[in-house]
Amino acid sequence: MPARFVRGSQTEAFMPPADRPLSPHLQIYKPQLTSVLSISHRATGLALSVGTLLLVWWLLAAATGPEAYAQAQSFIGSWFGVLLLVGWAYSLFFHLCNGVRHLVWDTGHGLDIATTYATGWAVVAASAGLTLIAVVAGLLQWHQG
Amino acid sequence: MEQQGMRSPLGRAIGLGSAKEGVEHWWRQRLTGLALVPLGLWFVVTILGHVGADYEETLAWLGAPIPAILMIVLIGTTFYHTALGIQVVIEDYIHQEWVKLASLVALRFGCFLLAVAGIFAVLRIALGG
Repeated sequence: MPARFVRGSQTEAFMPPADRPLSPHLQIYKPQLTSVLSISHRATGLALSVGTLLLVWWLLAAATGPEAYAQAQSFIGSWFGVLLLVGWAYSLFFHLCNGVRHLVWDTGHGLDIATTYATGWAVVAASAGLTLIAVVAGLLQWHQG
Repeated sequence: MEQQGMRSPLGRAIGLGSAKEGVEHWWRQRLTGLALVPLGLWFVVTILGHVGADYEETLAWLGAPIPAILMIVLIGTTFYHTALGIQVVIEDYIHQEWVKLASLVALRFGCFLLAVAGIFAVLRIALGG
């Protein structure tokens, strides 16, 4: 009778949670490159999710007609629109570079502390550099076109 | 967890165990992420190459077969990846059960709707409205 046998441990299963100390909270835990990049991956992912709204709006505007498209373009071309685009460009490059870092980790490589920090700084440098290149390329194209 | 005194721990556990689908979310997130590496780079390059394009030029560019196909794949993959990613954020931070469930449903519906809207827009541009 397995059921009767297991019933003996019921009191243990219904024990109230022990009064243990909690793990350190963010406010007192020293920020490290690894933890900052980890939460940044999530934050940039959320930012990019918001960015998809602009992409869909812009595509729908182009599909709707010249007036709707001009309206979308005037928002994107405004200082606020350009600011958003630069932010999303950085978010995309960061999420992409750090995503590749995650994919490498998933193969079981680069998980020691030294490599984790080296690839972490590489992600910071690459995403900043790529954003700079994209902004310069975008501005050049804007003044040409 | 509600206490149901007459039921044994085994009785409560039976039928609630692993459904052998534990890695599916993880795997799909990796697969869509992998696909989004080239798609994301293509997206940035193609957008940058058409900064300042007027309405007619934009339609001609987005309506051509390869940009249209890649844009549709990008939209589908992006919203799949987005749904998987935000799902984890919701599960991590929302603990009230009905709010969590409502958020997950809204997330799935929203991502599906946006993906269909984006793909429809590209198809309309490419195939003519």
